Amino acid sequence: MTPQSCVTIQKEWDIVGARQLGRDIAKKMGFGTVDQARIATAISELARNIYLYTENGQICFEVVENMNRKGLVILSTDNGPGIDDIGRVMEDGYSTSGGLGAGLPGVKRLMDEFDVQSEVGVGTKIKAIKWAR
Amino acid sequence: MRIPILKLHNYLLISIQTEIDDNTAIQFQEDLLNKIHQSGSSGVVIDLTSVDIIDSFIAKVLGDVVTMSDLMGAKVVLTGIQPAVAMTLIDLGIHLKNVPTALDLEQGLIKLYQELGE
Ligand SMILES: Nc1ncnc2c1ncn2[C@@H]1O[C@H](COP(=O)(O)OP(=O)(O)OP(=O)(O)O)[C@@H](O)[C@H]1O
Ligand SMILES: [Mg+2]
Repeated sequence: MTPQSCVTIQKEWDIVGARQLGRDIAKKMGFGTVDQARIATAISELARNIYLYTENGQICFEVVENMNRKGLVILSTDNGPGIDDIGRVMEDGYSTSGGLGAGLPGVKRLMDEFDVQSEVGVGTKIKAIKWAR
Repeated sequence: MRIPILKLHNYLLISIQTEIDDNTAIQFQEDLLNKIHQSGSSGVVIDLTSVDIIDSFIAKVLGDVVTMSDLMGAKVVLTGIQPAVAMTLIDLGIHLKNVPTALDLEQGLIKLYQELGE
């Protein structure tokens, strides 16, 4: 496991910074262009959610490697309002901001593994992994 | 940052060359609608050949721009969507069903000529 690199999401432009860094790491790891686009898009969705729904948070990247595979872990952490009904926000089309409601269900489909942990009033932690083929 | 909008006869041409952040996207939406209004253009081609990421927000802005331009009487065609971008849009569940598209800028212009005439 490599040390984490993180981007703090505060300004709108940080969304672009996070997805560029993520794409660079993915490229160096040898992901193909389609997976690079999937990873960059997933980061963009998670970073925008931090920007829209919380005061601030972080997107961190970690490369995990075991005997037979290598993966990129994206961790999104914030201490915002938290998510009350996780089932609901995972539905396509559910949005409290007039968005498409495509972000979270989209990230789940873009990545190979996806996990949300959230506590109301405490914050939200999302972990998503893409495995290199 | 502002996305340049070129006028060619009755049409407007836009080739997006930079990484689009949210503000740039919103600014572009406003600029394009104003330009359609000022120029009386009947057709618009937005070329996305150099765009390597379209997330849910940018997809919404692009979809809205097509609908708004349509309301104003201008037809918009999106061109040059990269294979990787098309695949991620489907993963996001975004199908851009009512949005006219074409393979490249040239095909986009042909599509406009066919539907609108000169
Ligand atoms: N980090 C977060 N903290 C608190 N609430 C969140 C967070 N991320 C998402 N949500 C809630 O989950 C809902 C669904 O999020 P999702 O990203 O799927 O859609 P959206 O952001 O509303 O629209 P889109 O992403 O398509 O532009 C949001 O509207 C918001 O209410
Ligand atoms: Mg979102």
